[in-house]
Amino acid sequence: MSEANSMNLISALSQEELQAIDAEIAHVPYRDAVAIDALKIVQAHRGWVSDESLSAIAAHLHMSADELDGIATFYNLIYRRPVGDKVILLCNSISCWIKGCDNLQQRITEELGVELGETTSDNRYTLLPVTCLGACDKAPVMMVGDELHEDLCEESIIRILGGSTTP
Amino acid sequence: MSLTTPLTRNVRDDRRPTDMAAYEANGGYQGLRAALAQSPEDCLQVLKDSNLRGRGGAGFPTGMKWSFVPMGDKCSPGHKYLICNADEMEPGTFKDRLLLECDPHQLIEGMIVSAYTLQADVAYIFIRAEYHQATRLLQEAIAACHEKGYLGQDILGTGYQLEMHVHSSAGRYICGEETALISSLEGKRANPRAKPPFPQVSGLWGRPTIVNNVETLCNVHHIIERGAEWFKSLGLTEDAGTKLYGVSGRVKNPGCWELPMGTPVRQIIEEYAGGMEDGYNLKGFLPGGGSTDFLTEEHLDLAMDYDTIGKAGSRMGTGTMIILDDKTCPVGFVKNLVAFFARESCGFCTPCRDGLPWSAQVLDDIQNGRGQEEDMDTLARQVKFIGAIGNTHCALAPGAMEPLQSAMKYFPEAFENHLSGNCPHCNGGTH
Ligand SMILES: Cc1cc2nc3c(=O)[nH]c(=O)nc-3n(C[C@H](O)[C@H](O)[C@H](O)COP(=O)(O)O)c2cc1C
Ligand code: SF4
Ligand code: FES
Repeated sequence: MSEANSMNLISALSQEELQAIDAEIAHVPYRDAVAIDALKIVQAHRGWVSDESLSAIAAHLHMSADELDGIATFYNLIYRRPVGDKVILLCNSISCWIKGCDNLQQRITEELGVELGETTSDNRYTLLPVTCLGACDKAPVMMVGDELHEDLCEESIIRILGGSTTP
Repeated sequence: MSLTTPLTRNVRDDRRPTDMAAYEANGGYQGLRAALAQSPEDCLQVLKDSNLRGRGGAGFPTGMKWSFVPMGDKCSPGHKYLICNADEMEPGTFKDRLLLECDPHQLIEGMIVSAYTLQADVAYIFIRAEYHQATRLLQEAIAACHEKGYLGQDILGTGYQLEMHVHSSAGRYICGEETALISSLEGKRANPRAKPPFPQVSGLWGRPTIVNNVETLCNVHHIIERGAEWFKSLGLTEDAGTKLYGVSGRVKNPGCWELPMGTPVRQIIEEYAGGMEDGYNLKGFLPGGGSTDFLTEEHLDLAMDYDTIGKAGSRMGTGTMIILDDKTCPVGFVKNLVAFFARESCGFCTPCRDGLPWSAQVLDDIQNGRGQEEDMDTLARQVKFIGAIGNTHCALAPGAMEPLQSAMKYFPEAFENHLSGNCPHCNGGTH
C-alpha cells in the first residue's frame, strides 16, 4: 500500500482515537501488539467496528485488514456489526442457569421482541449471552451497558429495561 | 492479635473500595518496605518456605514456579514481565472480583513485591472487559502509587524500577489460560501455546514472564512482611494460608468468605452459606468451578484443600463451589457446562473444537427425549478421549469432561430417567 493511500485510510479515525491508540503503542515493543486495545478504543467511540474503521486501524498499526479482522472476530466483545445503544449481557453460565436464567431470557425476548444476538427495532438494546460474570452469589445476573444487575427476577428485569419496546 | 484474614481485612460489608489513605492507615505498603529491605533472593526463599500454592485453579507451588525465572547474570538483557491474571471467567467463580473491587491496593502491593522478587520491570494486570469498576479503581490506584513513589523509576529511593499497566480484555474464557493470555496480551487471537518453552523462560514477546492469579498475588506481601511460619500457621491442614471460598446455587446465603485453608466442606456450606434453601436438598457439588468433578454428600466432611479434594477424585480448583440440589436435573446441569465449554473452545485443536459440540449435542438429545442407549457409550468414549490430558492442546477440553464424567458416575439414574422419558425434574420440575 502506498503511503498516501494508507494516510487516506487512517483519516477515517478521529484525532482523539489516534491519540489514545498511540498512547498504547508507547509502552509495547510492536505496533500490532495494541490491536485489541485499538479495536476497543474505536468501539468505545463508535459503538462498533465497521469495515472502514477496521481498515483504518489496520493501516495505522501496519497490519493487513484481514489479519486484524481475524483478531477482531475472535473476541466476543468486539462488535463487527452495529449494536443497540446498550448491550444486554445476560449471564447463562451454571449458577445463573440453576437460578432460572433461561426463563429470564424468554421473558426479555417476549418483552423486547429480540432473540440472542438481535437488536431491538428502536435500536435501544442488543441482547447477548455472556460467560459467568463473577457474581454467582447474586445469580441470576446481567449487565446493561457497564452496569451489573443482580438477583434478577422477571419483574425486576422489566423494570430495568424500561418496559416494552415491541412495536 | 495476629492477622488471620489478611486478604479481606479491608473488605467492608458494603463493599466500598479502600482508597490509598485507608489502605495505608491499616498497615498498607509496609510489606513493600519489608521486601525492599531484603534481597530478591531472600524474598523468594521466604515465599518458597511459605508453601503458597497458586489460587488460579491448579494449585502449583508459587515459589517453585518463580524459581525457574532466570535471575541476574543468567537473564539476557531486556524486559522481564509479571502478569496478574484477573480474567476470572470460570463458571461459578466470584472471588477475584471481591479482591479487585474492595481492595485494589492490596493487589498492587502484592504485585510490586512479586515483581521485585522476580526483578521484573514491567507488570500487567490482564482484566476481563466486564469488570469496569475494578479496571477504573486499579488505574486510579496505580496513579496514586506513582505519587507516593511506590511505582516508577526509583521506588522509595532504592533504585528499583517498575511500570504497571492495566489491560482490559475483550472477552473469551480461553484468555484465562496463561499462555493464551500471553497471546492475547501480544494483540493476537488467544490461542494457547505449546509448553515447553515455559513462560518463565520465554513468555510475553519471548521474554521471561510469570502469570499468577489475583488471589495468589494478594498473599505475597503479607507473607514477606509476616513470614513463612505465620502463613503456614493460618492453614488447618498441610496446605498453607487462607482461601477465599465461595458457595453458589440453592443455599440460603450464597457468598464468598476468607477462611483457613482446609476448612471442611460441610462447615462452608452449612455454617457460612447457611445450608440449603428450604425445600431443597444437596445432591452434589462442584468444589471449585465448572471444570471440576462432582463430589457428593459422602465428601462433605473433607477438608477443602488441594490434596484432600484431589485424592477424593476432584480438584479444589478456584475454591468456589457450585451446589447441585435435588430439584435440578443433573443432565441439564452438565449440558449447560459442556455447551459453555464448546462455545468457548478457541478452535485450535480438533478434539476440543469438534468434540465438545458433539458432546453438547448428545447431551441435548438425551435431555430433550431424543436420546438412545448408545448415547451413553458415545459419552463414555468422549470422556475418555477428550478428557485425557495430552490429547488436546490445552486443559480446557479435559476440564469440560470433569463434570460430565463424574455426573455419569454419581448420577447414572438421571441419564436413565431421561432415556426412558421420565425425568422428575424436566417434567414439571425447575428445569
Ligand atoms: C481454560 C482455562 C481458563 C483459565 N482461566 C483462568 C482465570 O480466569 N484466572 C486464573 O487465574 N487462572 C485461570 N486459569 C489457570 C491459568 O492457566 C494459570 O494456571 C494461572 O493463572 C496461574 O496462576 P496461579 O499459579 O497463581 O494459580 C485457566 C486455565 C485454563 C486451562
Ligand atoms: S483444548 Fe480447546 S481451547 Fe485448548 S487449544 Fe484446543 S481447541 Fe483451544
Ligand atoms: S454463573 Fe452467572 S454470574 Fe457466575
